[in-house]
Amino acid sequence: MLIELKGIHKTYDNGQPLHVLKGIDLSIDNGEFVSIMGSSGSGKSTLLNILGILDNYDEGEYHLDGHLIKGLKEREAADYRNRTIGFVFQSFNLIPFKTAVENVELPLFYQGVSRTKRREAAMQLLDKLGLANWAKHYPNEMSGGQKQRVAIARALITHPRIILADEPTGALDSKTSVEVMDLLGQLNREEKVTIIVVTHESGVANCANKIVHIKDGLIGEIELNSQHHASTFDKNNIK
Amino acid sequence: MRLDIDFFQEITDSLTRNKRRSLLTGFGIFWGLFMLLFLVGGGKGVKGMLEQNFEGFATNSMIVYADRTTKPYKGFQEGRDIVLTTKDVQRLKSMIPELATVTPEVSRWGQTATVGSRTANCQVSGREAVYAQIQTPDIRYGRYITEEDVRQERKVCVIGKRIYQQLFPGGGNPCGQFIQIGDIFFQIVGVDYCVSNVNISGNAQDNICVPITVSQRLYNFGDEVELIYMVGKEGVKMVTLEKRLRSILAREHIFDPTDDDALEIFNSEQIFNIVDTLFRGLNFFIWLIGIGTLLAGSIGVSNIMMVTVRERTTEIGIRRAIGATPRDILVQIMMESSALTLTAGTFGIVFSVFVLNLFEKINMQDMHPSFQISFTTAILVELLLVLLGVLAGLPPALRAMRIKPVDAMRDE
Repeated sequence: MLIELKGIHKTYDNGQPLHVLKGIDLSIDNGEFVSIMGSSGSGKSTLLNILGILDNYDEGEYHLDGHLIKGLKEREAADYRNRTIGFVFQSFNLIPFKTAVENVELPLFYQGVSRTKRREAAMQLLDKLGLANWAKHYPNEMSGGQKQRVAIARALITHPRIILADEPTGALDSKTSVEVMDLLGQLNREEKVTIIVVTHESGVANCANKIVHIKDGLIGEIELNSQHHASTFDKNNIK
Repeated sequence: MRLDIDFFQEITDSLTRNKRRSLLTGFGIFWGLFMLLFLVGGGKGVKGMLEQNFEGFATNSMIVYADRTTKPYKGFQEGRDIVLTTKDVQRLKSMIPELATVTPEVSRWGQTATVGSRTANCQVSGREAVYAQIQTPDIRYGRYITEEDVRQERKVCVIGKRIYQQLFPGGGNPCGQFIQIGDIFFQIVGVDYCVSNVNISGNAQDNICVPITVSQRLYNFGDEVELIYMVGKEGVKMVTLEKRLRSILAREHIFDPTDDDALEIFNSEQIFNIVDTLFRGLNFFIWLIGIGTLLAGSIGVSNIMMVTVRERTTEIGIRRAIGATPRDILVQIMMESSALTLTAGTFGIVFSVFVLNLFEKINMQDMHPSFQISFTTAILVELLLVLLGVLAGLPPALRAMRIKPVDAMRDE
């Protein structure tokens, strides 16, 4: 198992304690394409933050690739985020004063890869995602779909085992949403990257091979969805 | 993270993103440094100018001249003129063994020196050869007055710099030529380029020095001397001799030894001490003001960096999310602050060197004091800048370090 969660509890304490995750058990295997679905406030983003080692948890155990992720030093956590996990955010989170290619190569900069190698790898990846012509453009000169593809390229540049996407289509129209989801699906099939998408849209969730429903901090139903016609939804139902 | 072009690119990127802010923040440092170095250089220059006034003047010397009594003494009324004579010089020499040199002077003011059709205003001072130990002459041509000149009452003279320039605009060695002072011709034997202002008998540049025996006779001074210069032996404190000097001369000329106005004593040692203390105090204030301004500038840098870090919370969060360690962030913010401080400060150094150089170019009363700061000072200040940059960057960098990657996602 690549990801193994056992009895994860998380309580936010902002004045009033808020028990967000109430014992999550979840395992995700290498090469899976999983979507975590739930309404807002269900704890799905918190779960993703814990999976991405952006946040810590109070109780339980989280094993990533066999390593217990608990009380890591900042340096170790940074290393995991850099090498093992790639992030795709709802609001893209590209650095506005850097061009597309500079954004993509930033993770390699923190890895200490040499300048020319960084540039080469980033250009290759952008080329693969059909963005070679946009490499020298700044994020505000690009459309939402292009920005999200740059963000995906940035997530991919370090060849991570896992891509965590938090509402990756949240800021996109339906057409580009489909494109982005197709791209993630393609990466999953061809590169065998484990992909975990957090969403509240059933159409987006439906692109995954496995849908994990989360409600009020607990795992509900886990649907296997290899045929992509889960429940009453299908791909044409995005938005 | 590697140290390559992009590392510096990161730093310049964030500094140039908000150019006006960086510029204004940097200006604080620039101005602080300029103030510091300008004041240090200026203080040095003013001190140099003042020191040139004393140049060549023996630091442990004393000048005594007689005035009018203000206290009645032994049946004499007050208001009696006291006149020093050549005998007093001998007396002081023999009675105060701590003195290395005792030498008299008589001067005539408002004289006109003529060579051919050129004239120059001057004062004529009669001196002995040993006067050179009081005020070291800066002989450009020829020689100074010698003991032979004095003994044989030769009509020779040493002329000051300005007189030489006025009478001999063509330059060249004037020695051997004759100069007419009043009705009398003197042969020039030397040119003294000393620019000191210390001597009581006026500016050395306007002075014509002749053997004292000659001037005493020519100007009807007889035995009288106006001033007596004294230099103490090595390590002698002139202040300690004052009282003895007064009592010796008081006994001879019959006036109250406590009558300070009857005998004026000018102690160079005291003057030098005063000047020295003055400049030490001045220097302290210069550094206080300069460092203060610089500190204010670097606090400005620290403040602005604090604001910048807050503004860049998302960006820093993103960096953390894609694998930057807290140390990477710390280093980046510190480098930004150091780069800003160093660049602005270096401009400050360059500008102050430029301005001080202009000051040096200005010719002030024939003096060439050195305003320029030394290379060591510049290097020292540069190091100070590095320290300030790091210190200014520390608080914002620590704050940036505490930004968690989750913060990147919390901006919506």
